[in-house]
Amino acid sequence: MKTFHIAALAGLTFLAQAAIADSVIYDMPYDGSVVFRAGDGSDVAEANCITCHSTDYIEYQPPGKGPDFWKAEVHKMIAIYGAPITEEDGDIIAAYLAAQY
Amino acid sequence: MFNRRQMIASTGAAAGFVMAGGTPLLAETVSLGFENGDRSLVAYPGKRPLLQLSSRPPQLETPFSVFNEGMLTPNDAFFVRYHLADIPTEIDPDTFTLEIAGTVATPMSLSLADLKSQFDTIDLVAVHQCSGNSRGFVTPRVGGGQAGNGLMGNARWTGVSLKSVLEKAGVQDGAIQVAFEGLDGPVLPDTPDFTKSLELAHAMDGEVMLAWAMNGEDLPWLNGYPLRLVVPGHYGTYWVKHLNQIIVRDTPLDSFWMTTAYRIPDNSCACVEPGTKPETTVPIARFNVRSFITNVLDGAAVAANAPLALRGIAFDGGSGITEVSVSADDGKTWQKASLGEDMGKYAFREWTLSMPVASGEVSLLVRATNANGQTQPMQAQWNPSGYMRNVVETTRLTAA
Repeated sequence: MKTFHIAALAGLTFLAQAAIADSVIYDMPYDGSVVFRAGDGSDVAEANCITCHSTDYIEYQPPGKGPDFWKAEVHKMIAIYGAPITEEDGDIIAAYLAAQY
Repeated sequence: MFNRRQMIASTGAAAGFVMAGGTPLLAETVSLGFENGDRSLVAYPGKRPLLQLSSRPPQLETPFSVFNEGMLTPNDAFFVRYHLADIPTEIDPDTFTLEIAGTVATPMSLSLADLKSQFDTIDLVAVHQCSGNSRGFVTPRVGGGQAGNGLMGNARWTGVSLKSVLEKAGVQDGAIQVAFEGLDGPVLPDTPDFTKSLELAHAMDGEVMLAWAMNGEDLPWLNGYPLRLVVPGHYGTYWVKHLNQIIVRDTPLDSFWMTTAYRIPDNSCACVEPGTKPETTVPIARFNVRSFITNVLDGAAVAANAPLALRGIAFDGGSGITEVSVSADDGKTWQKASLGEDMGKYAFREWTLSMPVASGEVSLLVRATNANGQTQPMQAQWNPSGYMRNVVETTRLTAA
């Protein structure tokens, strides 16, 4: 867990009023959930998906969308978002997500 | 200097701020009312506890009860939606600059002080709403951020008109679009950066704003500090945060976020048969009409055989709300509500109605109509991305 040492909004107001030419810093509370559901392929998912997003993105998708939905999602990550995932790993991730989510 | 630790101690612990491996500890959860719709309340710096749709990048939904607090959505309760996780965490407001370039006579670099001193400051109350607001209710379910009805808010925006800035730069012949980019970006170099564009005539309509303040205060960090685009009546995808570059273009912007994402079926309902794909699409644009009851929530128990005081909000894409009605008999008859203060055609419009309810299970329907005669469908319409949901909302009550 990160520590939080600079105020965000209260800091903005203070700095603006004091006209201090300092940067304003915003500390994100944490970098995101990284827990995957147990299952075959979870290690491959863990090694790739959380590069760009937290696992709640996956966790909150409608349940039971099935293989076609998850294949399309993984393919989108590779083809559109440029995720450096091999086709083989992509298949493993899609199968894992379809089985567990 | 404000002591951040005190702030966390006073609000953070109670809000489930402490996380371990993604599992909220002490976190309060809220059920949004659809399958897999339980969300933790988490307080980010500058925000009160909000519903967490994702943590990286942050997507935070406004608890629906906030919409009954008043017509302006407080800054610390306003929803947050990012696409890409490389979010700026350090900005110097004195050295921050907005670049104006492309098909202009005089490319410029403007500081916040320049924007505040060289142009007329304008003020506008406008609703900001995510294209995928309410997506969790879409049936059959679709992928994407699974939100309830809280990816919307109404604020007073302060800034300058985009028109005045573009006029100063001098838009040249051949210009057709204006493109926008912010400081946030992708984690990976091959991920398309978040860029958006408006047609030139829209950009020059005098209403599109470059805003530095929201409800009289600096923009909250997570809402685009120190400058964001405000596109009144249009979905939030165009409201680029941390705005630092405006490019006037003589060709259409070739951005994934315009050409592939945020597109809707090219028909009047922006809908297709559930489960099918549209043949042709267009970029999402103006809000459709929506209305909500805010003071009595789904599942509430109320007094039977007595007048029930109802209150709520309605809004549309900018023609203005002209009528709000409520039905307690599945739409057979409707009672007109009284409209509250008119804060402008882009704002939430408050409505109130005192309505007697019988005893037992009661379903209240609320429906608004705008100045163009557009209203809300009784049956939900569907598109593959779950955008633009605006079905007549149903609030189920038990009267006893």
